[in-house]
Amino acid sequence: MTINGWLQILAYFLALLLLTRPLGGFLYRVFEGEKTLLSPALGPLERGIYRVTGVDARREQGWLGYTAAMLLFNLLGFLFLYTLLRLQGGLPLNPQGLPGVSPHLAFNTAISFVTNTNWQSYGGESTLSYLSQMLGLTTQNFVSAATGIAVALAVVRGFVRRKSDSLGNFWVDLTRATLYVLLPLAILSALALVALGMPQNFAHYTEATTLEGAQQLIAQGPVASQVAIKQLGSNGGGFFNVNSAHPFENPNALSNFLESLYLILIAAALTNTFGRMVKDERQGWALFGAMAILLAAGIGISYWSESQGNPAVAALGVEGPNLEGKETRFGVAQSVIWSAATTAASNGSVNAMHDSYTPLGGLVQMLNIQLGEAIFGGVGAGLYGMIVYAILAVFIAGLMVGRTPEYLGKKIEARELKLTMLAVLCLPLVLLGFSAYASVSPEMLKGLANAGPHGFSEILYAFSSAAGNNGSAFAGLSANAPLWNTLLGITMLVGRFAMIVPLLAVAGSLAAKPAVAPSAGTFPTHGGLFVGLLIGVLLIVGGLTYFPALALGPIVEQLALHAGQNY
Amino acid sequence: MREHLRPAISLLVLFSLLCGLAYPLAVTGLAQLIFPSQAAGSLASHDGRVIGSWLIGQNFSQPGYFHGRPSAAGAQGNDASASSGSNLGPTSKALQERIAATVAALKAENPGAAIPADLVYASGSGLDPQISPAAARFQVPRIAAARGLDAAKLDQLIDRQTEPRLLGLWGEPTVHVLVLNLALDALAQEP
Repeated sequence: MTINGWLQILAYFLALLLLTRPLGGFLYRVFEGEKTLLSPALGPLERGIYRVTGVDARREQGWLGYTAAMLLFNLLGFLFLYTLLRLQGGLPLNPQGLPGVSPHLAFNTAISFVTNTNWQSYGGESTLSYLSQMLGLTTQNFVSAATGIAVALAVVRGFVRRKSDSLGNFWVDLTRATLYVLLPLAILSALALVALGMPQNFAHYTEATTLEGAQQLIAQGPVASQVAIKQLGSNGGGFFNVNSAHPFENPNALSNFLESLYLILIAAALTNTFGRMVKDERQGWALFGAMAILLAAGIGISYWSESQGNPAVAALGVEGPNLEGKETRFGVAQSVIWSAATTAASNGSVNAMHDSYTPLGGLVQMLNIQLGEAIFGGVGAGLYGMIVYAILAVFIAGLMVGRTPEYLGKKIEARELKLTMLAVLCLPLVLLGFSAYASVSPEMLKGLANAGPHGFSEILYAFSSAAGNNGSAFAGLSANAPLWNTLLGITMLVGRFAMIVPLLAVAGSLAAKPAVAPSAGTFPTHGGLFVGLLIGVLLIVGGLTYFPALALGPIVEQLALHAGQNY
Repeated sequence: MREHLRPAISLLVLFSLLCGLAYPLAVTGLAQLIFPSQAAGSLASHDGRVIGSWLIGQNFSQPGYFHGRPSAAGAQGNDASASSGSNLGPTSKALQERIAATVAALKAENPGAAIPADLVYASGSGLDPQISPAAARFQVPRIAAARGLDAAKLDQLIDRQTEPRLLGLWGEPTVHVLVLNLALDALAQEP
């Protein structure tokens, strides 16, 4: 650990803090339908889209209508992407002549991108045509992120509205999120990344003769346009196999700083948008505070652990941090910032190979994912993920003093709490259930690249990543096999929609309630006490659920590492 | 559900065209117009032929060149159409055997010197174009012997080619292996 490393970490948080409020305000104005800088250019386009698609922007939907629209749009997106991947061999923009994708891989990949997970069972440069990467994956990178934002808006409206039977219009939220937020940010970011060295072309792979005279085939493609949105939309699916560790996806320290900011930016800004929507920005800062504290703790632990290095390698006479799977231009500090942020923010892009982190570094990554997209989380998903825990926190606080819990002026009663718990419990059910099955299935065990506790970590990481819609991996795992692809696909579906649907039901039932005026007995949810309670609830719920599994993976491995054991 | 069918289908088609075609094509057009060399992959030319990309690491195995980091991309390493890390965990026997073999080779090359970590750990991409300044300095005795050059001159060369941190803060100081080797060839040709 160096002073310089800590300064890099500090600079990261400062930049995030500075950008949260301005972007949060912009998002608020966009979704309230107010005029923004972009309205003169995009307003006519937006109205044109509604005309062509038959959307009545003033007609709002109840929670069932909103949910139905969201599910139908996602189902069609899945079917389209699945078909495209299966047929890519006969379609244009395929200069390397890559064949159609197998049914189980197409199933897995289509679900993966529709659910904003971007788990990749394949290597991008060796499997997918330029057309599949663009028309298929890049499209879903936008609309799956926009879906997340839309759901978050609907959930917040449940608190804001009084005696109302509507949560907004899904088509309008989806369109505005794509048009005013994701597209402009992606275009600017993509150009900035090209300026820093990222390729953007449709050329054949380049054949070079190296200085020593060997042949080198260099993969090319429209990289920057996909990287910009995979970072901004908390998608994470890389153009190349090694994602943002690839020098084409992340050429230097500045591109790395920008990309690691993008991956958390919108999720952070949405906490402020939330505060503005409930007419009390402090409510947003309370969520932001809890998220930032947990992220900082994760980065700190990971930085310490990676800097300690690998004692087995130190015994061979090589001192220094654990650099296996890390790039020279980023070093340890930039690698651990990214690894903690991408697992917390449910992005899933990587700039270093998570499989090769020290056990405690890997533990931070897994726990960040398992806490359920609450530490910033996916775009939109992080906000509603944290609101789930906020509801649990006020419930527990209410139990302690014997009052009906309230959050943001709404009474939290039995129906809301049951639905919230349903959302909370679906994740561990598939995550731990399928992990247990994979641990004893001879067919699935064939996919492991590492033996011993690290092998179990590969399984646990894979299902955590799928359930948390994260998409990163302990990438040694060979998951491109029928059973792996199918079970992970199901896990991603449950992780996304078994969370969203109950929460929209909560929002629908909250919107119908009147607001209760705050009284002397109301537990304030904008102060340090609430932030502390929220963190406590997160760690207790997450810890109790996943500690036994983590004990068998990273914790045992840490002990084995220092006992000189290898596998 | 039927009322949702028209918006669902038409918005999916529209956003596919807008985000999946217009967006990447527009970015490609703009990028190739404003930043043509970056958009084409920052290709490196030398004596009129393409020798690689400035961003992508390549194999060096001759004793007279600086070597890059161990690479797990492709069978030969540094395969730029199959990027990959080793993905070996910290308690992996395979990792420890690989590192032990590398350490033995490095010790034979420069006995007594401290071995820089980045020369034994494989990079994440398998295409890391850079090494730490310490890793470059470690290789000086081998290159000096192979080329019959003065070691002090090589140390100066490394100092000149060391890229500092961005604004003194971000990233790590690095040496670009391909650039360094081109400079080394130029140095060797000087009278």
